[in-house]
Order: sequence, then C-alpha cells, then structure tokens
Amino acid sequence: MKVLGYLLKKEFRQIFRDKTILAMMFAMPIIQLVILPLAMNFDVKSVNLAVVDNDHSSYSRQLIAKVGASGYFKIVAAEPSFQRAITYIEREKADVVLEIPPNFESNLVREGKQRVGVSVDAINGTKAAIGGNYLMTVIADFNKDIPINTGRNRTPPAGVIDITYSNWFNPLAEYRFYIVPAILVLLLTLIGGFMSALNIVREKEVGTIEQINVTPIQKWEFILGKLIPFWVVGMIVFTLGLLVAWGIYGIWPVGSFVTLYVFAAIYLVALLGFGLLVSTYTNNQLQAMFVAFFFMMIFMLMSGLFTAVDSMPPWAKMIANLTPVTHFIKVIRTIVLKGSGFADVQMELLYLVLFAVLLNGWAIFNYRKTS
Amino acid sequence: MEEKVIVCKDLTKRFGDFYAVNKISFEVNKGEIFGFLGANGAGKTTAMRILCGLSHPTSGEAMVAGFDVYKQPESIKKNIGYMSQKFSLYENLTVVENIEFFGGVYGVSSSEIRKRSDNLIQKLGLTAEAKKLVGALPLGWKQKLAFSVAIFHQPRIVFLDEPTGGVDPVTRRQFWDMIYEAAASGITIFVTTHYMDEAEYCNRVTIMVDGKIEALDSPANLKTQFEADNMDEVFYRLARRAKRSGD
Repeated sequence: MKVLGYLLKKEFRQIFRDKTILAMMFAMPIIQLVILPLAMNFDVKSVNLAVVDNDHSSYSRQLIAKVGASGYFKIVAAEPSFQRAITYIEREKADVVLEIPPNFESNLVREGKQRVGVSVDAINGTKAAIGGNYLMTVIADFNKDIPINTGRNRTPPAGVIDITYSNWFNPLAEYRFYIVPAILVLLLTLIGGFMSALNIVREKEVGTIEQINVTPIQKWEFILGKLIPFWVVGMIVFTLGLLVAWGIYGIWPVGSFVTLYVFAAIYLVALLGFGLLVSTYTNNQLQAMFVAFFFMMIFMLMSGLFTAVDSMPPWAKMIANLTPVTHFIKVIRTIVLKGSGFADVQMELLYLVLFAVLLNGWAIFNYRKTS
Repeated sequence: MEEKVIVCKDLTKRFGDFYAVNKISFEVNKGEIFGFLGANGAGKTTAMRILCGLSHPTSGEAMVAGFDVYKQPESIKKNIGYMSQKFSLYENLTVVENIEFFGGVYGVSSSEIRKRSDNLIQKLGLTAEAKKLVGALPLGWKQKLAFSVAIFHQPRIVFLDEPTGGVDPVTRRQFWDMIYEAAASGITIFVTTHYMDEAEYCNRVTIMVDGKIEALDSPANLKTQFEADNMDEVFYRLARRAKRSGD
C-alpha cells in the first residue's frame, strides 16, 4: 500500500509538470463542448434554391413565393432554362433546382394535376435529402390549397389521417441536445483511452519501465498507480464538461447525479483498461497511437454518437454493442435528457462493469515484469 | 569458505536458434567487484538481465542472493540494485523526487529516505541541483546519481550495465571511487564494461565471447595466463576468435 502511495505521488507530479498535457486536459472539454455542437449540426436551415419558371403564371409565382417564405430556402437564382439553373448546382451555388413546366397553371386548373421537377445535389446527402423533403412538404401544402383557390370541390377529401408530432425530452428537436451529452462521453474516452496508453508506452520508450520492472513493485500496484491518476483527471474533466454544458447550452441533467457519476466512474475504469491493454501490446508511442486511434474511430462512428444505433444493420448493431462507448452514450443521453432512473439503466451498468473487469484483467494478465 | 551471492550453472538463453547466452557457469563472492567483459553482442546484457529477473533463462540454473531465478524473481528484486545501459531515472522529476520514489518503492522508510537523501545530495555535490529536473543534469552527474539511486536501499548486490559509457575520464575515475566505497560497505558489484582499464579495477573478471565464458580470473592471473602486458591484449586475443559481429 505504501508503495502505491509513492507511485501515485510520482504520477501526479509528472502529470502536473507537463504543462502542454495539462492545458490540453482542461482546455479540451471547454473547446470541444463550445465548438463541436455548433458545427455538428444536422438541422438544415438554409437550402440554396435555383428556380426555373417556365410558366410565369400567378400560380407559379404563388408557389415560388410560398417556397421562399417557408424560411428553409434561400432563392439564389431565377433562370429561364433548366440547363442554366443546373449550372448553379455544378458550381455549388445551389443545392436544389425547382423547375416549373410551361402551362403549369392551365394544366392544374384543367386537369387537376401537374408535375414539377425537383433536382437535388446529392453530394451533401443529408442536406439534399432534407432539403428535398422540405420542398415536397411545401409543394404538398400548396397543392392542398388549390381546390380552395379554384373554388371547385370545396369539401375536403374524406378519410385523410392528420398526423401531429410532439418531440419528447427534446421539445424543439434540437441537435445540440442530442450531441452535447455524447461529447461528454467523447471527452472521457479520449482521456481514458489515449492518455493511459501513451503514458505507459512512453515509459517503455524511455526505458524507465525496465527500472520499474527490476524493483519489487507488484503488477497490480504499478497498474493501479497508472489508473488512479487518470481516473481522477477524467472525473475532473467530466465535471468541467457538465458545467460547460450547463453554462453554454443550459443542459442540466434531468436524472440523478449519483447515477450519472457512478456510470462515468465505471466507464472511465473500462476505458483506462483499454488504454492499458493497448500499451501492453505496443512498444512505442507511434504504435500505441495507431492502435488506439483505430479503435477510437470504431468507437466514435459506431457508438451512436452521430447516428442512431437502432437504424444500423444487425451486424453493425452487434459490433456497436461490443464497445463500452455505445452503452455509455445511451445511458448518458437517457439520464441527462430523459431523467431515467437507476432501474432503467441497470443492464447497461452490468455491461460496463463487464467491460471494466475484462479489459483491466486482460491488461494485468498481459503485463509482464519478466520477459 | 566465502559466501557466494551469485551461483550460475550452465545458464542458457536462446532466441529461436540464436544462443545469446550459451551454458555459462560462474560464482560471485560477497563483497567482490566482479567484471563482465565482452564485445558488443557477446551476451553480457542478456546474462545480466536474467540474473536481475528481467528475462527468463531457457535452461540452466542460477541463484542470486540465495533465490532461484525461475521461482523467486520477485525476492531477488528486493535484494538487488540495477543500473541499465540506458539512463532510466525519471528525467521529468527532480533529483530529490527520484531518490524519494525509488527509495520508497524499495520500502525504505520516509524518515530514512530524508536522512539518506540529504547525505547523498551533499556527497554528490548536488545541493544546488537538488530541486532541478534530472533531465537537465550533465551525463556524468546523471550516471553518478543513477548509481547512488541503485544502491540507495542498500541491496546485497548491484548490477551495473556499462555504467560509464560516454562519460569523461575524470568522472569515470570518480565513479569507480564510488564503486569501491560501495564494495567496502559489503555490496557485491557486478559490472559489465568494455573499457579495459576498468577491468583492471575489478577483483575478478570474466570475458565473454559469442555467448560463452572464455576466461575467468583476477586481472593479474589473466595477464600471466595469456602472457600479456595489460588487459587490452588479453581481450584482443580472446575477442579475435569471435564469429559474431557486434551490433
């Protein structure tokens, strides 16, 4: 136990002496939480629209005015031909082209139907899809008003089911409410996964690990001596992150703080175990960085940080569930936004404990004082 | 009969089909300065790492400080000090912090650490540098400090792997004064080197060639045996037979 005390003293001294790392550890949560949620925004607000009006009728003008007034579109050009309009997409000046054919009004009135052309730039898939959808909605809405305007068929069509939405737990369906809790997870993942791995591998690189291996320090003492300092740092960063989320986005956990911290604490142990494991298999910082980064990419992209795990194909869902990150993101969102209690998330706790035991056990097993 | 602190019999370390250490046998007496000579790649460091419990031998027997290298490597570690070829104190800790850390992990009490550390810093003339980071010290001072840290917990044996590599002659001389002092206090010194003048300072030396021990005796006896004027000549005669080239 006394030996562990000396190890901890040494680790903390080294952590606090490295000013770059120290600054990173504390600047990172603030910067990431301030910038990322604003940048990682999937709400589509200003879709650039090029319009081709081949009809020049009052209906066509009404439609264009309605689209322009919807608030989602910025009409960047009105061109006489589709060929001219499509050049705006080619030059990335427009995202969508709306083409109104000749005789739009007369066909509408006479035949009761008419096609309009919508062409979207699918390179930015999300923006295109959402922009296209918005445009459809606006046109559908316009469509609904036509019978009223024409004075024909005033009785509304029977049997139309009207759908009303309400967004629970995030009433305005704002993306930042979705992403901020996930960034808290990202922070702990970076501290837990990278810092611990690089720290031990550095000792290997410099050769100090050999000096440690020749002392009577026991394996568990050495590993705990590495785990505890980064665990403490991680919890401080997590707290800082919560404060930033509250200060800037007004996100204050709806659920219990105790549950939140219990999960954060166990999650950190699991991720630190992952870092230790990486360090036992690698010999220098470059290798450790590559291996850790490889897994981080999987963690980030498959954990439901950006896209919902539920909409992944079954095989991907399985991989996602095999990373501790997925479980923690799920938990932190439900606790922070929904206010889930301990009973709702106890299965996830079991998963995280399993990850913590497995990864650390493997790391201790694989760490050898004698080669 | 003198007390034996290291006993090796047919000790072998094989990597694939390469015998880094090939059936070496020797004994080291308590309080002796035992030199381990050999060209680069002769197997000195590997042999030393086995004796320190850092590397498992492939076959053969070895007892260090009365403990078996196979079964009790951790007990060996309590009784030895080790200074590796590569400087391995923490460069981003100060002189005092390094002493405190290594003293602490060997179980020296904190009051004893303070007392011995004050004496040590004074003796090394590092009073002004005590609170400076070790990384900022010149190499010679680093090596003297590393040696002092290796014997800080008063081990029974200290293993020194090329402790004076890259150090100037004056500092080397001072370094050997420290080694003599430690030996006089009863610590057995096991030292590898390829400086032949240093070999003369040892009570007994072994010369390793291609993983095998080719000679083992006091420097004076070796010189008579090989009809040489100095250890340099002894070494050349033996080392010239080597088939392995250095690294």
